[in-house]
Amino acid sequence: MATSASASLSKTIKQQYMELPQGDKVQAMYIWVDGTGEGLRCKTRTLDFEPKSIEDLPEWNFDGSSTYQAEGSNSDMYLIPAAMFRDPFRKDPNKLVLCEVQKYNRKPAETNLRITCKKVMDMVADQHPWFGMEQEYTILGTDGHPFGWPSNGFPGPQGPYYCGVGADKAYGRDIVEAHYRACLYAGVNIGGTNAEVMPAQWEFQIGPCEGIDMGDHLWAARFILHRVCEDFGVVASFDPKPIPGNWNGAGCHTNFSTKEMREDGGLKVIEDAIEKLGKRHEYHIRAYDPKGGLDNARRLTGRHETSNIHEFSAGVANRGASIRIPRSVGQEKKGYFEDRRPSANCDPYGVTEALIRTCLLNEEGEEPADY
Amino acid sequence: MATSASSKLSKAVKQLYMDLPQGEKVQAMYIWIDGTGEGLRCKTRTLDFEPKSIDDLPEWNFDGSSTYQSEGSNSDMYLIPAAMFRDPFRKDPNKLVLCEVLKYNRKPAETNLRRSCKQIMRMVENNHPWFGMEQEYTILGTDGHPFGWPSNGFPGPQGPYYCGVGADKAYGRDIVEAHYRACLYAGVQICGTNAEVMPAQWEFQVGPCEGINMGDHLWIARFILHRVCEDFGVVVSFDPKPISGNWNGAGCHTNFSTKEMREEGGLKVIEESIDRLAKRHMYHIRAYDPKGGLDNARRLTGHHETSNIDEFSAGVANRGASIRIPRLVGQEKKGYFEDRRPSANCDPYMVTEALVRTCVLKEEGDEPTDYNK
Repeated sequence: MATSASASLSKTIKQQYMELPQGDKVQAMYIWVDGTGEGLRCKTRTLDFEPKSIEDLPEWNFDGSSTYQAEGSNSDMYLIPAAMFRDPFRKDPNKLVLCEVQKYNRKPAETNLRITCKKVMDMVADQHPWFGMEQEYTILGTDGHPFGWPSNGFPGPQGPYYCGVGADKAYGRDIVEAHYRACLYAGVNIGGTNAEVMPAQWEFQIGPCEGIDMGDHLWAARFILHRVCEDFGVVASFDPKPIPGNWNGAGCHTNFSTKEMREDGGLKVIEDAIEKLGKRHEYHIRAYDPKGGLDNARRLTGRHETSNIHEFSAGVANRGASIRIPRSVGQEKKGYFEDRRPSANCDPYGVTEALIRTCLLNEEGEEPADY
Repeated sequence: MATSASSKLSKAVKQLYMDLPQGEKVQAMYIWIDGTGEGLRCKTRTLDFEPKSIDDLPEWNFDGSSTYQSEGSNSDMYLIPAAMFRDPFRKDPNKLVLCEVLKYNRKPAETNLRRSCKQIMRMVENNHPWFGMEQEYTILGTDGHPFGWPSNGFPGPQGPYYCGVGADKAYGRDIVEAHYRACLYAGVQICGTNAEVMPAQWEFQVGPCEGINMGDHLWIARFILHRVCEDFGVVVSFDPKPISGNWNGAGCHTNFSTKEMREEGGLKVIEESIDRLAKRHMYHIRAYDPKGGLDNARRLTGHHETSNIDEFSAGVANRGASIRIPRLVGQEKKGYFEDRRPSANCDPYMVTEALVRTCVLKEEGDEPTDYNK
């Protein structure tokens, strides 16, 4: 069975230790995005008090030469607390602290996309941009094969698995259930879950979140998922096309609206936004995965409910288009739209910033404007 | 051992997470029937409040192109909450929500048989139609072989297994026990269980339910069974003849009565109903499995306590007949009767609607009457 050695350690013994009272001490786990732009790292420090807000948390630092972020000769990098959540693993009063990373010279690290995202979100705060992101992922065994798949073969073809129930349809529901509860406890804005089209593939939705919260909550949710899978001894993959061939890829469909779009007559604003997106397809494709589009090229083929990476398209209730306008939005003439292009391993700060730049700040051309 | 990989994940770890408090948030799992008319699908949404009744639950939608229900280019379908139950897996305050499915144009999906069933039940409210359905099913390993059977062979012939006890007689009782408790918790009207004639085959009964409730409660009981089996790492099959040859099939015997039948002299009304059913055998056969009779053709052979699919028959205490009048009913001259024809994978909305149309609305002929005209 392809679960980790760690998963076989005694949880009863662990529970005895976890029940030990901790007095006034609080554990704060600092979390950050590493040099790959996809990987998460974490380390913990003891505090003598329970932090009530992000301002209570001190700056910290780490060895960037061990996270693909710096040379050994000049490796200190700074961790700046950005968003705090309850810790569902160590429980109250302990915290998870999502951080921004700065280089030795206080400039943002290359993969710190939060800093410009926040600046852009602050510029459009009065438009109240709301996001909902649908995070797809695949559960793998420690052998790298999808969890529950026959070790030397494939399950029956796709069809029965989407939203399925039953041991022959749903592989790994325990992970999904545990993750959902952990996110609710942590204060992450998790809106729902469902089994996906490929067996061992699942989805959770985060949102609606306003502005910078979208990126914060999604990164926290991803960290929690990795940690939950670690407890069960399996691995979560955000690769956009984990199995080539007639198996669905994994995306991060991004739903977006502004106050104007949500009000009467909003459909016109939505259509205007889509027109602008239609003129800037390549810029968005570059923003929608950590490799400037190379990862998504394996996923966006035009088949398996994706659009083709080379073409921009939009349509009501059309899951083969780049942008889908939900049917109810088409009928009510207001609401939101869904950008189906982002890859499962996208950076949500990069994605949400791109949508604001094109749709609200009316940017054009291949490069983002420098404000 | 043919149990799933998922079932071997640590339940102790899972329990730690399930014990986490969820604050004000409530998880509502929306459940619906897919394009096969037999398969169930589900997905969950977070609510900021605990719904007290079905009216509190919002409409939702899903991708019908992934459930055999629509094309990718026009795939949005609507979920309309129809019946709410407590969630025995996530527990209070979380809910299971059985839904009707509408197409993009708000018309009922092809396999949404609840819509017309509800309309029919409303027409006969004053007759207080009661139903009890006996759901048979078979437990399979993930290899598709009946659970507990030798992997490359067969158990001893049928005889000792029906209502049996002992490891050589009852295969998979844990599933039955877990399902029973889960249904009681959820508020499903489960009234009993027993081991069936074929080893690894079991039965539970849901009822008495009035009107539309029969379909609602049976579909939720089926969902709970799928979910319980998933937790144990085995699979439940509602196939009407899972193993060919000298092994019992699986049915869904449907017990039915109206207020008139339950009152003094009701036997006369029962006999009249049976006369009507006799004249409409093919219409009912088409309604009693999701393939218009093709599935049942493998089960209703006239052997193994079934009637022959081509002939209609009725009799007191006769398990080889299409309709059985329980002996007690024959004696008290009132009560109910049992239609033994429905297949284990029947749609209970369709079955109960057909019985009401023929026996209470007194329809005749091969086609159901369209009351909208």
